[in-house]
Amino acid sequence: MAPKHPPKARLEHSENVAGGAAADVHEAHHPSGPLRWLLTTNHKEIGTLYLVFSLTMFLIGGVMALVVRLELFQPGLQLVRPEFFNQMTTMHGLIMVFGAVMPGFVGLANWMVPLQIGAPDMALPRLNNFSFWLLPVAFLLLLSTLLMPGGGPNFGWTFYAPLSTTYSPPSTTFFILSLHMAGISSILGAINIIATILNLRAPGMRLMDMTLFVWTWLITAFLLIAVMPVLAGVITMMLLDINFGTSFFNAAGGGDPVLFQHLFWFFGHPEVYIMILPAFGIISVIVPTFARKPLFGYASMVYATASIAILSFLVWAHHMFSVGLPLIAELFFMYTTMLIAVPTGVKVFNWITTLFRGSITFETPMLFALAFIVLFTIGGFSGLMLAIAPADFQYHDTYFVVAHFHYVLVPGAVFSIMAAVYYWLPKWTGHYPDERIGRWHFWLSVIGVNLLFFPMHFAGLAGMPRRIPDYALQFADFNMASSIGGFLFGLSQLLFVWVVIKCIRGGVPAPAKAWDGATDLEWSVPSPAPLHTFETPPDLRRVAS
Amino acid sequence: MRKTYVLAALIAGVAWLERNALADGWNMPVGVTEVSRHVHGLHMTIFWICVVIGAVVFGVMFYSLFRYRRSKGAQAANFHEHTTVEIFWTAVPLLILVAMAIPATATLRDMYDASEADLDVMVTGHQWRWHYDYVGEDVNYFSNLATPREQIDGTQAKDANYLLEVDQPLVLPVDRKVRLLMTSSDVIHSWWVPDLAVKKDAIPGFVNEAWTRIDEPGIYRGQCAELCGKDHGFMPVVVHAMPQEEFDAWLAERKEEAAAAASGVDRNWTLPELMERGEQVYGTICASCHQAEGQGLPPTFPALVGNQALLDDLERHIDTVVNGVAGTPMPAFSGTLNAVDIAAVITYERNAWGNETGDIIQPSTIQAQLSP
Repeated sequence: MAPKHPPKARLEHSENVAGGAAADVHEAHHPSGPLRWLLTTNHKEIGTLYLVFSLTMFLIGGVMALVVRLELFQPGLQLVRPEFFNQMTTMHGLIMVFGAVMPGFVGLANWMVPLQIGAPDMALPRLNNFSFWLLPVAFLLLLSTLLMPGGGPNFGWTFYAPLSTTYSPPSTTFFILSLHMAGISSILGAINIIATILNLRAPGMRLMDMTLFVWTWLITAFLLIAVMPVLAGVITMMLLDINFGTSFFNAAGGGDPVLFQHLFWFFGHPEVYIMILPAFGIISVIVPTFARKPLFGYASMVYATASIAILSFLVWAHHMFSVGLPLIAELFFMYTTMLIAVPTGVKVFNWITTLFRGSITFETPMLFALAFIVLFTIGGFSGLMLAIAPADFQYHDTYFVVAHFHYVLVPGAVFSIMAAVYYWLPKWTGHYPDERIGRWHFWLSVIGVNLLFFPMHFAGLAGMPRRIPDYALQFADFNMASSIGGFLFGLSQLLFVWVVIKCIRGGVPAPAKAWDGATDLEWSVPSPAPLHTFETPPDLRRVAS
Repeated sequence: MRKTYVLAALIAGVAWLERNALADGWNMPVGVTEVSRHVHGLHMTIFWICVVIGAVVFGVMFYSLFRYRRSKGAQAANFHEHTTVEIFWTAVPLLILVAMAIPATATLRDMYDASEADLDVMVTGHQWRWHYDYVGEDVNYFSNLATPREQIDGTQAKDANYLLEVDQPLVLPVDRKVRLLMTSSDVIHSWWVPDLAVKKDAIPGFVNEAWTRIDEPGIYRGQCAELCGKDHGFMPVVVHAMPQEEFDAWLAERKEEAAAAASGVDRNWTLPELMERGEQVYGTICASCHQAEGQGLPPTFPALVGNQALLDDLERHIDTVVNGVAGTPMPAFSGTLNAVDIAAVITYERNAWGNETGDIIQPSTIQAQLSP
């Protein structure tokens, strides 16, 4: 189960072969001018573009969530009409999933995968540029639907047919086009990451020497390639139903609305792991650094990630327990879903055992990583409860589900991205992020996020359906608490923006190895990392012996 | 000494959780059927399993965070694998899951056995109301939200059952196995009553089955659980469960009313009669899309005021209401409204809000179209 050669050993060697020195030649023709960002093929600059885009979308999607929370502050309709409320919940979901979380992870991969495997750049730099620039176009188009007659998408981010076809606003065709563009961007990005990891590793770096962040991204990239075409297929079928008179999902024409859900969730379930596997990688890199102890169970982490990825193709119908599947299908998907708890549990146990008998400090990245472990696990518990099909009939489509997936996505995926940003900012900017503001950001976020999402468990169990603009009186207290938590969490993110800007402008200078417990290859290049690194790959071949 | 405190805190915590987790309004209701009690039992079992695992896992985690701080001089060990431990924590969760899967499977099989029902009710979801049809009994009706608009907009105090009140609940006998056949006339809805532990999607083109056997007479409330458009939050489900004799009496009364309504088809109706009835039908059925003053919500829901395409073409107007318009949200009302209601609402639409055609549509004209 465990590797013969733990990845730990290579650091001492990699420090000898720091790539930064060789890169100086290129500093002379540093690209400049207004077209620099448009035309850049450099993995670090494109990584920055992705991260800035992701943060922008996170703030826009966040404002939409605050509109939702403001309307739900009290029973009754006060601020918005139900038509607009539905557009806000839908756009919030679409923007956070496709615009904030996924590009956030791709940005981190762009920056860190080449640095962690000793590669000079991504394998396909021009494709990299194209993958990024598809996104602003896609999301401008998506946002513009809000201004079109009939409004933007109002059928939930899961856009179930026929609500999203026969009964949808005229702007739906534009929504489909924008999702197609985002999908192409993801597929091209995934191809690039696979090509980079499989071809550009430093000489002597075996697959089982790679960091968990690189490993989880490699597996995530395969998931993307497998399922984004399914999404493309299902939205194309919608396009045909809406504009060309086909009846894929129209029962009156002999079509099947349930087929839509099977196709959507065959994409959608791997999609939720696409949003969490890179997070596992980030936590597996940060926890050993600040525990000053090698990651426990490196090999089992890799196997667990692969198991989760494979299982993700076999569980999609647990989103559909109430559609009337045959009993045998219901049982199959209940069992496979419960099975996912096993590899996920292994990961949590490994992180905690890494902490055990370490020498632990609590810098901001570590705080976010530790909060991830606790709060993601809570999301995992509610996931296990949801797997029990008979009980799921009571949980399904209620705020219990909303609580569950926000626990795994916000203090899960989003916290992991923030942990990664705090962790790698010294490498990106050459300065440490302000520890004091970072701590304020952390504690306000943790309090806010729990006040926001924990009461949703109770609201859901007590019977509050999701996606409603107004609710019965017994849910009032839970919703008021959630709304207060929502504003606390939302406003604390301005601190995050402040920390990042402050860190770019200056701060305590960081050495090449910014964290004393860090062991990976990126800490062997100077801080800030020069535009070109590892032009001559570090030679790790000696390590294997 | 410290251990005693920790133990006391733990017991207090569990007691608090036990009380609050079981308190009304914070947890899944136990419900009023055997199935709902089983479901609640499964829910509490898996919940406590999670609590225990969480206590152990987070206990070890916070112990490590506290005990192995560098600021307290902790030196890092260097171990990074232990095959026995890793096999142990893979196998133990697997065993817990198998133990959990067994009762879950039994309950699920029970929930799926809708055979040998005493009563069948067809439940049809519409944007945004439920329609109940007692199969073989000639009794069917819509169940609409009864909460007044003023309460939603905040100009009137909200009732205790705000948003959970309907004009006509689904009436069911207690101690009888009732099979619910779910379908939809437009988008996907989901019929849910927490106290019965029944949630099943109502899907156009499909008929789904669920069943319930209610133990106690009472009124049980729920809501549509699947996003179905703008008024998704405004289509509650209310079930009124009563003893068999009361139910039989209620059903007989409804049958008489249906017969009386049918007899009205043959006589000639006056304009004021049709307008009065039509206004009522329009308000409960049509206004949610076409709006109270017929102004519609373009582009999805067209205006009826000054809609010359319909006002100039009576045949088309009748066809639209009776048969719906394929490819749009406009449903066919031939199966859900009777001839009197359809005639009245068409007459109303052609003579209200400044639409002054003067047309009077008699129920007999509509009846001819309903049963050709």
